[in-house]
Amino acid sequence: MNLILTEEEAKTLLKKILSYSKADECIVNIVGEQRGNIRYARNEVSTAGGLTNKNIAVTSAFGNKVGTATIDEFDDASLEKVVRRAEELAKLAPENPEYEGLVDPQTYMKANGYFESTASINPDKRATKVAQSLELCRNEKLVGAGFLEDQHGYTAIMNSKGMFAYYASTNVNFSLTVRTEDGKGSGYVAKGYSDFNKLDTAAATRVAMQKAKASASAQAIEPGKYTVILEPTAAAVLLENIFFGMDARSADEGRSFFSKPGGKTKLGEKIVDEAVTFYSDPTHPELPSSPWSGEGLPQQKLKWIDKGVVKNLAYSIYWAKQKGVKPVPFPNNMIMEGGKASLEEMIKSTKRGILVTKLWYIRPVDPQTLLLTGLTRDGTFYIEDGKIKHPIKNLRFNESPIIMLNNLETLGVSERVVSTESNQNYMIPPMKIREFTFSSLSDAV
Amino acid sequence: MKRRDFLQLSGLGIGAAMLPNIPVMGNNVSYEALLNGSMDVAVKKRLADAALNAAKSKGATYTDIRIGRYLNQFVVTREDKVQNIVNTESYGVGVRVIADGCWGFAAVVDAKSEADTARAAEEAVAIAKANAKLMKEPVSLAPQKGFGEVSWKTPIVKNAFEVPIQEKVDLLLGVNDAAIKNGANYVNSILFLVNEQKYFASSDGSYVDQDVHRTWPIFNVTCIDPKSGKFETRNALSAPMGMGYEYLQTNPKDKITGVTTRYNKGYDMLEDAIAAAQQAKAKLSAKSVEAGKYDLVLDPSHLWLTIHESVGHPLELDRVLGYEANFAGTSFATLDKWQSKNFNYGSKEVTLFADKTQVGSLGAVGWDDEGVKTKKWDLVKDGTLVNYQAIRDQAHIIGEKESHGCCYADSWSSVQFQRMANVSLAPGRTPLSVEEMIKDVKKGIYIIGDGSFSIDQQRYNFQFGGQLYYEIKDGKIGEMLKDVAYQSNTQEFWNSCSKICDDRDYRLGGSFFDGKGQPSQSSAVSHGSSTARFDGVNVINTGRKI
Repeated sequence: MNLILTEEEAKTLLKKILSYSKADECIVNIVGEQRGNIRYARNEVSTAGGLTNKNIAVTSAFGNKVGTATIDEFDDASLEKVVRRAEELAKLAPENPEYEGLVDPQTYMKANGYFESTASINPDKRATKVAQSLELCRNEKLVGAGFLEDQHGYTAIMNSKGMFAYYASTNVNFSLTVRTEDGKGSGYVAKGYSDFNKLDTAAATRVAMQKAKASASAQAIEPGKYTVILEPTAAAVLLENIFFGMDARSADEGRSFFSKPGGKTKLGEKIVDEAVTFYSDPTHPELPSSPWSGEGLPQQKLKWIDKGVVKNLAYSIYWAKQKGVKPVPFPNNMIMEGGKASLEEMIKSTKRGILVTKLWYIRPVDPQTLLLTGLTRDGTFYIEDGKIKHPIKNLRFNESPIIMLNNLETLGVSERVVSTESNQNYMIPPMKIREFTFSSLSDAV
Repeated sequence: MKRRDFLQLSGLGIGAAMLPNIPVMGNNVSYEALLNGSMDVAVKKRLADAALNAAKSKGATYTDIRIGRYLNQFVVTREDKVQNIVNTESYGVGVRVIADGCWGFAAVVDAKSEADTARAAEEAVAIAKANAKLMKEPVSLAPQKGFGEVSWKTPIVKNAFEVPIQEKVDLLLGVNDAAIKNGANYVNSILFLVNEQKYFASSDGSYVDQDVHRTWPIFNVTCIDPKSGKFETRNALSAPMGMGYEYLQTNPKDKITGVTTRYNKGYDMLEDAIAAAQQAKAKLSAKSVEAGKYDLVLDPSHLWLTIHESVGHPLELDRVLGYEANFAGTSFATLDKWQSKNFNYGSKEVTLFADKTQVGSLGAVGWDDEGVKTKKWDLVKDGTLVNYQAIRDQAHIIGEKESHGCCYADSWSSVQFQRMANVSLAPGRTPLSVEEMIKDVKKGIYIIGDGSFSIDQQRYNFQFGGQLYYEIKDGKIGEMLKDVAYQSNTQEFWNSCSKICDDRDYRLGGSFFDGKGQPSQSSAVSHGSSTARFDGVNVINTGRKI
């Protein structure tokens, strides 16, 4: 059997697995994927590897006693074995009062996230892309450390109520840190695509090289409140902490930023500047994602924050039932609507400020206010009278993305970025923010 | 599995964000399956020899194979509910070779025949030869003698996998009940159990069979003030340990009483949950700290993480050399500082050592994942930087003839690389108790438990929070504080260390899921210390109004 099943093959296999079920309810997930990577440092390839992964997960339920078993062999005996094992585990499991049963058959949007260009990558193509990057670094006497990883695969799901969903996707992520030989300058680039043909490692490498050279011999400035221009890579790692927290249950329980006194939530409330709109959309051409959730619920084009107002929070099936609302699954992608300004225009209109190209080691400090700490990294620049004046030493910040989005000045054009913290891909614009709080200096390059 | 997935799996919201990256799990199996014995050692030797021979015949100059069976059991609860019981098993082999001077690695799931392991070896050689074309500098491997057929096992008293699930569920639900009865609004508790059964063989002539156990009980308690809408949390003061279920057997001699009870080699989870509920509630009305300079008294349950981030990571030689530049970063502790023999990393009080043999620690093994016998060595001696953590292909760079034995892979499917050894602060040599230490502090803060943490990519500038903060005024512990975090610079911080309690107070803390590398791998590592004092550290107030 092929590793990557077509929709029809997946359907046939899932039906066969379900035919072995004797439980009250049964849901089966199957996955097949191939991953490949190449890693380099000090201008040398350090490691390279591949991973083939295929798996079947069967969840069986007797009443609200639920058990899950998994297996990675696909022969008939193994299929039956994994179903029996799930049933045995379900019988042994304690009652789960939060089990809400299966989803009925659904209709899903069509999302195209599978590109043959990415699926057909082989070690030679991977090595060629990396060689282009290595050659540029070596020629310019700069030191490159990078990572190229690609993945292609599918997931499919079917339950004993007849719900079926299938999604195939491809992904490639490339990241590179270029440092000057004396260790005084460092620049970074990260690119994520569904279509491998869009990846230009040479162009990306030039961006990191330019930042490495431009950031050398940075000067110290006083920490404090500054106007900042955040490149999308820097903004993403702050904003994703808002996305991760958009869970209705923690908000209702009073233990999230989205909680309000008296057991209420911020749903319907304006929390950030009205220029801010976040939405999810499985069919977004630049950032396609699975049109269904893990339980088989449809992913819609959905606004989470619209013109600054909280429009939706995620409700699990259990929590939705408790609250008498429709379940809303966690989204599989997130897009922030952009504006029209170019990065150059934002710099030009800045009297005194800081250009931040990347942020690093982001950790929550206070979940109540979403206060985060972290540092700038790999290229931070001082702006004066509309021009980049000189590179500056890195700074630690203590800031909440909520406060930050209330101090929003300008948005640029949204682009696909890779989070350097979670590895998730988003569409995020560059943005100009007033009074961003830096609390101390760092000597790190 | 990414942290975010796990949080959803376990139903923990961001308010209870206490879990770092969780490694990829294996296949779900029955609880009984976890008790099955591992593969016969003679069979493993046969599989290993097939790979070693196949690689050699294809032109490899060095080969090692790891045959691994990795077991996990996680019991996840909240309040009066069991949310999940995860039993997983992962079995496969990973073969690493040097051919044409270059590393190559290939892994195969479920490899049970000599043909399977030979195939993995051949693939690894092919990858090495392909990548050798991009290579300028061939691998230089420190020589390592073979040990023949040897074995090692974590010295556990009670195998946690043999304890019935019901007993574990009862323990956690009892903990949750106690927290709720003592004022908590919400409580999540989890028991993480790990067993790595790994067999290593190499062309040096070693065949090493090891059985490694780790245990980590944790909880997170939340208290809410409905009027103000404010909430506070308190996490468990447990440590992840290289121990069996005996860690959960309480013993008065393992308790350190004082402003709150802390634990050494036996953890009273129920007692800690009761204290946590009361303390989370007290935090709601605690005094917000006034920012400024304070003398900090740091408990081992807190200090382990500062050691991990500001000593353990910067002294990893691969970071120093630039191999992690694209992700975790490099290091301020450059080779010239070490070569100068007079770089004062800390004050004269400060000796920091690496130790892969420490009993009860997460990092303890007999041999590392490239067949090197483990040992103990100094990193910072009486304040001066004296060494790094290095593995076989790096030892020559620091003029050493053998590896330090700190190579590790988190799975049979991951390639092994340099990972942090247990790095600990040596206890003070002069007798000193915590009470005696606090008596001399005029304006200070006593910090217990680990909290928020962040450090730059070269490990200069850091910020740490904790679980519990108490004001120290004129030698006495005063009221509880909140909104505390301290910022410092690694060298400045360790040079401000003025006193360290003696070995009576020495305890381990640790990280169960420490991430490094691309693709990211997880490792478990302990850090020991006694309570230590740091003078004039910058404390900020983290309270904000929105």
